[in-house]
Amino acid sequence: MIEVELAVNGERETVSVDATQTLLDVLRTKLGLTGTKIGCNQGVCGSCTVLIDGKPARSCLVLAAGCRGRAITTIEGVGTADAPSPVQQAFIEAGAVQCGYCTPGMVLAAEALLRKTKRPSVPEIREALSGNLCRCSGYTKIVDAVKLASERAAP
Amino acid sequence: MTEIASAVGLRLPRLEVREKVLGQAQYVDDMVRPRMLHGAVLGSPIPHGRIKRFDKSRALALPGVKAVIVGPELAPHHLGAFIKDETALARDKVRYIGDAVAAVAAVDLATARQALGLIDIEYEELPAVFDVEEAQKPDAPLLHEDYDKYVKVFPAEYKGRNVLSISTITEGDVDAAWAACDVIVEGEYETPGQAHAYLETNGALAEFDAAGKVTVWSCTQSVFKMQAAISEALGLPMAKIRAIATRIGGGFGGKAEPGTQIIAVALARATGRPVKVILSRDEDFTMMRVRHPAKIRVKTGAKKDGTLVARAFDATYDAGAYADESPGVMGFGMLMARGPYRVPHLKCVGRAVYTNKLRTGAFRGFGNPQTAFASEANLDDLAAKLGMDPLELRLKNAMKPGDTWVGGQKVEACGLVECLERLRKDSDWDRRRKAQAPARPGKKRGLGIACLSHISGVLATSAIVRLLEDGSFSLNTGAVDIGQGSDTTLAQICAASLRVPVERVNLVNPDTDASPYNWGTGASRVTYTVGRAVASASDAVGEQIKQRASIIFECAPGDLELRDGGMVGVKGVPGKVLPYGAVAGFSHFVAGGPIIGTTSLMFDGPGFDPKRTLLRGVPFSNLGAYVFGAQAIEVEVDELTGQVEVVEVWSAHDVGKAINPQSVEGQIQGGVVQGIGYALTESVEWDQGKVVNPSFMDYKIPGAMDVPYAIHPIIVEHPEASGPFGAKGVGEPGLVGVGPAIRNAIAHAIGARLAVMPFTPERVWTALQGRAA
Ligand code: FES
Ligand code: FES
Repeated sequence: MIEVELAVNGERETVSVDATQTLLDVLRTKLGLTGTKIGCNQGVCGSCTVLIDGKPARSCLVLAAGCRGRAITTIEGVGTADAPSPVQQAFIEAGAVQCGYCTPGMVLAAEALLRKTKRPSVPEIREALSGNLCRCSGYTKIVDAVKLASERAAP
Repeated sequence: MTEIASAVGLRLPRLEVREKVLGQAQYVDDMVRPRMLHGAVLGSPIPHGRIKRFDKSRALALPGVKAVIVGPELAPHHLGAFIKDETALARDKVRYIGDAVAAVAAVDLATARQALGLIDIEYEELPAVFDVEEAQKPDAPLLHEDYDKYVKVFPAEYKGRNVLSISTITEGDVDAAWAACDVIVEGEYETPGQAHAYLETNGALAEFDAAGKVTVWSCTQSVFKMQAAISEALGLPMAKIRAIATRIGGGFGGKAEPGTQIIAVALARATGRPVKVILSRDEDFTMMRVRHPAKIRVKTGAKKDGTLVARAFDATYDAGAYADESPGVMGFGMLMARGPYRVPHLKCVGRAVYTNKLRTGAFRGFGNPQTAFASEANLDDLAAKLGMDPLELRLKNAMKPGDTWVGGQKVEACGLVECLERLRKDSDWDRRRKAQAPARPGKKRGLGIACLSHISGVLATSAIVRLLEDGSFSLNTGAVDIGQGSDTTLAQICAASLRVPVERVNLVNPDTDASPYNWGTGASRVTYTVGRAVASASDAVGEQIKQRASIIFECAPGDLELRDGGMVGVKGVPGKVLPYGAVAGFSHFVAGGPIIGTTSLMFDGPGFDPKRTLLRGVPFSNLGAYVFGAQAIEVEVDELTGQVEVVEVWSAHDVGKAINPQSVEGQIQGGVVQGIGYALTESVEWDQGKVVNPSFMDYKIPGAMDVPYAIHPIIVEHPEASGPFGAKGVGEPGLVGVGPAIRNAIAHAIGARLAVMPFTPERVWTALQGRAA
């Protein structure tokens, strides 16, 4: 077991982890942050997407022990019930959520895109979301949601 | 009085959407209970064999392991939706690689998984069979020696080796009719095994209380089916089983029958502690179920002018090792094989056959995507032979209101013609069929079409609506929202019936301890069938509100009306009005008692007419309301590589009435994309019975870049008299016509008439070479 200090959603947490334990596992089982989902645990589906220093990362491929000193944002750190982020609000309004299992990862992928590109085009949005699988929506309304959020943020 | 819009027809966000975007939705794997153990399931390493000996000692010796259970330790009860041919854990034989043989509970998942490798099982390997034709040969290995003895819940017909069910449907006289046809087209088609690939794998958490009652949280399409299946498999009384649905990360049919619920309960019983069993992606791919691969022969005959005369259909569905929903899937496929056309002479024969592969089961479309592919591909070839426009051929034969379905049921609401006309207009069909749209160099574009039909309906359901003291309502049906949005739709139906905004309806989570009965989420039935129960229970509440208010107003109930915003008032007297809250207070504390409306119903539509149609071995006596649609798809084919790209999709559906148009669009778009995957990339591949692509790396479901952004849902509304507010289902249809529409578009683009799905670059490239030769 190794002691690591993690900065998750702006809070410092010290956890003892196995050398081989993934960030995904630590978030879910040690910190109770179950909003980050497990779709494959193999780095393919994007359900486990979090932001590490503002960049999207697959937490099932990242070792927790390697995250010392890096800023981690999970879905729980994006918005609140009273103040959802513009991306979250757009997902609500555009009908981008069905079963919701891909949603946390999608929201974080979209947050990362909009931090980088203020007014992404539809192809840019599809590209940015291409690593996040959704089996329910057909993607159109998810793309619409990201477009809506970007239009509101940068009219 | 406030004017509010009726909740029906509004594009409302989902009731539970906030918790989903915030990451607060609880799926079963997000749950933790005090002293909870983790379970894991061991699958058979061989496709067919007899179990000689179990030895658990090494596994039990591993520190942290709390229980190891094997089949013979469970009561010998058999399970199965149609044919009771399966046990929760294999007892004496294994029949596919992945067949569950043992389960472990341990302090953590890693230990449980490690212990699986320490369970010693000695097998006597038996010859195995992987192909439906081989399996029917007289000397083929027999999967189920005791097949005759199994309990079957319908009059099954099953002549032939490893054949578990044969459905035959005959109308008119096909053999005589061929002579009257000017053109006859025959074809043979094949469809792949498709994995459900819901993003959340199957899982369950079970916990016993001191009185011996078990609570099972799981991702399931029916808490009632789970309660019954657990009882059946383990011999527990149903009153000792409480099944609860958590939030569900997609189902598509794959969570209609038990996943890990029974094993979780067995482990919890063995350890006296809560046990959670969540499958890994690989395990879900190899141990659960897939869509039936099918081989289909179709022969269709028509007059010179395109009038359809006769169709013969012969289909073999690969059931895998256990029957599961196969008799229903195959039988339903046969009932859909004619398509939404007037064809006077019809003969369909379908069979489901056991092989030593993963079992197949219900999957969005339920046998219909296979038949629709064969049927609509064949029809396009007929159009080509007749020199007719494929849309015109479909229009000419399309069912219209008053026509009958196979079996004789009259169809009164049918917007198929309108769907086709909308496709013609929106896709600019006439112009683009004549002159193919310009494509990039080395590519060819084509536009294809397919019609589809389906049902929404079947079986039993109920609803309870209760008026609360403040004038709001609680709505309880037990129907599980698997992500398709039915909670919101049902709340809208309730709200509209009682003329309140949807915020005043509280939807009770499905729980066998609290909810009335609902057979399940499937058969595109929740909006239509459960919605009917909700509307009727809501109306009953409305009547009671009037009755109680009539005591207060000292008038006849018939003089009262419900008004928008949750008021009851005297007709024609605007000022004489009471809010529901006042009526509820009166009922709870003065007279009459709480206002509760209940409805219990069994789908009661007309059955099949034996004088008109000969049906044998079909496990349904009636189906539901028929639904119709048509899909047009434009593709671009790379002539060098054979790669097919879908460029644009128009998907027109007669939904009766869209209760929540945004949700309906989402169902259509999601179905279309699952259909694109089915048509182009998705195929579960086996090698000697072993699934060789059990990961998202090797089994490719479409990502955002693999499908077009332009997927246009077209909603057509021809109200269905028996449906709530005229609505019928839309859950499955979006997928059904996509495969054949893409196939027909490829034919338009490059002239190759493909017969085997998915249309991989290899297959398309090979077809392109054939064209050159
Ligand atoms: S769970 Fe990490 S990519 Fe799928
Ligand atoms: S909403 Fe279900 S996987 Fe995306």
